[in-house]
Amino acid sequence: MSWISASSRTSHAFGTPELSLSAKVWQISRLFVMLVVALGAVGVLGQYSAANGHMEPWASRHALRFGICFVAMIGIALIDVRFLARMAYPVYFANLLLLAGVEAYGKIGGLGAQRWINLGFVQLQPSELMKIALVLGLARWFHDATLEDVRRPTYLLAPLAMILLPVGLVLAQPNLGTGLMLLMVGGAIFFLVGVRLWKFATLILLGVGAVPLVWRFMKDYQKRRVTTFLDPSTDPLGAGYHITQSKIALGSGGLWGKGYLLGSQSHLNFLPEKQTDFIFTLLCEEWGFWGGTALLTLFAMVVAYGIFVGLRSRNQFGRILALGLSVNLFLYVFINTAMVMGLIPVVGVPLPLISFGGTSMMAVMMGFGLILSVLVHRDSRMRNGEI
Amino acid sequence: MLGGLQVGMLGLLGARMYGLQVLDGDRYQMLADENRIALRLLAPSRGTIVDRDGIALARNERNFRAVLVAERTQSVEATLDAVQAIVPLAEAEMQRVLRDVARKRGFVPVLLRENLSWAQVAAIEVHAPDLPGVAIEIGDVRTYPLGEAASHLLGYVRAVSEPDLKDDRDPVLSLPGFKIGKDGIERQHDGVLRGGAGLSEVEVNATGRSIRELSRQDPKDGAKLTLALDAELQKLAYARLAAEKSGAAVVLDVRTGAIYALASFPGVAPDLFAHTISSTMWDELMQSATTPLVNKAADGVYAPGSTFKIATALAALQTRAVEPDHTVVCTGSVTFGNRTFHCLSKHGHGRVGFTQAFAHSCNVFFYDVASRAGIDAIHTASLALGLGQRTGIDLPHERAGLVPSQAWKKKATGDVWHAGETLSVGIGQGDVRASPLQLALMIARVAGGEAIVPHLVKDSAEQKAWPRLPFLPRHLDVVKAGLEAVCSSGTAMRAQIREPGLQMAGKTGTAQVRAISQEDRDEGVRSDDMDWEDRDHALFVGYAPVASPRYACAVVVEHGGHGNTVAAPIARDLLLEVQKRDPGAMA
Repeated sequence: MSWISASSRTSHAFGTPELSLSAKVWQISRLFVMLVVALGAVGVLGQYSAANGHMEPWASRHALRFGICFVAMIGIALIDVRFLARMAYPVYFANLLLLAGVEAYGKIGGLGAQRWINLGFVQLQPSELMKIALVLGLARWFHDATLEDVRRPTYLLAPLAMILLPVGLVLAQPNLGTGLMLLMVGGAIFFLVGVRLWKFATLILLGVGAVPLVWRFMKDYQKRRVTTFLDPSTDPLGAGYHITQSKIALGSGGLWGKGYLLGSQSHLNFLPEKQTDFIFTLLCEEWGFWGGTALLTLFAMVVAYGIFVGLRSRNQFGRILALGLSVNLFLYVFINTAMVMGLIPVVGVPLPLISFGGTSMMAVMMGFGLILSVLVHRDSRMRNGEI
Repeated sequence: MLGGLQVGMLGLLGARMYGLQVLDGDRYQMLADENRIALRLLAPSRGTIVDRDGIALARNERNFRAVLVAERTQSVEATLDAVQAIVPLAEAEMQRVLRDVARKRGFVPVLLRENLSWAQVAAIEVHAPDLPGVAIEIGDVRTYPLGEAASHLLGYVRAVSEPDLKDDRDPVLSLPGFKIGKDGIERQHDGVLRGGAGLSEVEVNATGRSIRELSRQDPKDGAKLTLALDAELQKLAYARLAAEKSGAAVVLDVRTGAIYALASFPGVAPDLFAHTISSTMWDELMQSATTPLVNKAADGVYAPGSTFKIATALAALQTRAVEPDHTVVCTGSVTFGNRTFHCLSKHGHGRVGFTQAFAHSCNVFFYDVASRAGIDAIHTASLALGLGQRTGIDLPHERAGLVPSQAWKKKATGDVWHAGETLSVGIGQGDVRASPLQLALMIARVAGGEAIVPHLVKDSAEQKAWPRLPFLPRHLDVVKAGLEAVCSSGTAMRAQIREPGLQMAGKTGTAQVRAISQEDRDEGVRSDDMDWEDRDHALFVGYAPVASPRYACAVVVEHGGHGNTVAAPIARDLLLEVQKRDPGAMA
């Protein structure tokens, strides 16, 4: 667990080789791009099926967004990783402000729960973007860290605050899924930079101690989600309906599935939110166990490639960024699929690139862009503390 | 290590998927099918009821109704306002509509108004663009062209109630708004009329909306039911009774037992039971002295009065207690024990035989005959004529009436039979009770000499051979000669049919409701002067034509006064009309 820190100490600023733009483009992994395009294509197919075999209302917009985000991903891939490091804090804080903004706007506007900022041309969901911004911010913070730093609890207070601040704002929205994801991504980065396990244990204990307190502040529908997860059969037509119907749809797919566009449960609306959070169920119903496994394998390959990129990076910022984003992607996939299979409570986490939703796709594609940037600039050298 | 953790978690996902999709796949497949396939019952249309000539007695009329599908309109309120201009809705109806809209799913039609006129239907269709979500539906509504005239006989249909479901497991009953027969023919022959539910297997989505039909089995519509009834005769019977305040009339075929008319006045509007009845209206119906809710033809029982003398005569003749040439001297009254029994004629009829006694309704003659026969012989003979027991008509209920016997008295009161009571029963007073239907059956059996059974539904069994009555033909002829004399020279002389060859024979009856006391008799109080409720019931039983009896008729007019002036003319009109129409000729 200390290999990142250890390697960071051996990194030297020998000056970095500057790459021409064409050289950078050449550096972009074609395998990774192919994997991403494959996921995007599966997404469009899924949306097409979710609309009972129509491009409208989802598939066409999904494809369009994917196209735009794909261009943005390539664009981000070409940005110098050092520039990214310089922009990390501004991006993080800007995002934090946005998040606080929706909270304030919701309160002032008296509209209750708010997750969106309407920028006119696009509705932004700052909590989704925060998943990327947090990784950026933490990567920037730990870029400077030595093993000694990491061992000092006081050194960890600032990054802890960087995690808990957005988590608090997101939970207040209330958005349980994203809050937990931010917490876990932050935790994973702490783990990556070598924070000792006993410190996690302490934090977890503190967290468990805080559960009754948190419970008191949870809204009824969130409480119900947790309790019905523990025993969904008690309320098959109420809050447990989502899980039950999802399991029926998924399970009825069998080994080979019912065939594309033939998923009865999804198309007859037994499956709730089929174009967003429960898209994996739809695909598994139609493509069966093997189709679902293939999709998971696709994701696993992307995640593995991200980890590979992180390990190849010669600078601490790039490593943490790529690894953190990979973990982020993994958490997306795991939480979403585990949720639709009834392994964990229903929390609103989309399946990256497959679920319908602009901001989530934007965030994921930006993350891929950042991973590619780390790949392209893997040999850029940054001394600790030097950007 | 992190990578290992991720691989482990991925493995967990894979295992879960394997568990759900492969290991439990079949179970979920089954659940999925249950989820999406719904069986919808299709309502059959109820069989029509027609009379012997095919004239509709009960049929289904298309009923246009406006419904609102809430999800197809932007604003339910705005649409309702627009509807108001065409079909005014009362405040209570608006409340119901809004409540139903709120309660039901958006695609479920909510009833706005039933029984729309053509003008309203047209107006709604024309203004369809301004009335989003409003649709016209066609439904069946049961109508009875004869209206009140056949209301008791036909009964009514009404929505299935909870108790109905207990002993009837027919799935068709679970259809919302499905109606079944609740009384009369509608109830008696509900099994024939109802039909069987169709089944539509539809694919539904999570909200219960039908997506498409997978298979369909059309409903089996109820069969047409043909009654022996003659609609015109039924109408006439009701119209003739309507001239009086309350009464019943039955016309039947002497040879087949087919009922051509069975009327009870007053009737009730046939659609009365289709909807909820207000409690005041109900109370009014229940408390009315004219008992409009009771089918008096089968469920009303009356002291038969002098019409019962037919049974008394046959009982005495059958048991050889008297011979056909028996005579009695009538002095106007007879004292039996310590009671004095009076005759209609204060001064007496002099020496009378059967014919004169029937013709002038001499009580003294029948007191003598009855006491000679004895109560048990009268009881036995009455049963043979169809009195004192249910006739077996195909109606859901009829009263059995009563003909007393020694055994009955012992059982009912613990007291022994007193010989004096036989005298009262002998002239149709005392405890003896019979329904108009039973009286009609009695006269029909006497006229035809066969133990026919009355029935409403026309069937091929009309020509079947009935058992002979246990009376000798010559004894029946004695009675028939008496009944002929009633109409030719006796009490019903003025009611006799004038048309040659169609003339009738019969017996009048005047049944006391309130016993006339000695003081009344001394003061010369007549039944006509009393309050309506205290007046005598007027009865007449008869058959025609005299030479070869074909049709029999019984008329009871409640508190009508005298049988000869009130009941006999009604019977005369019915017997004349039925002979002219001659429904039996077709059978």
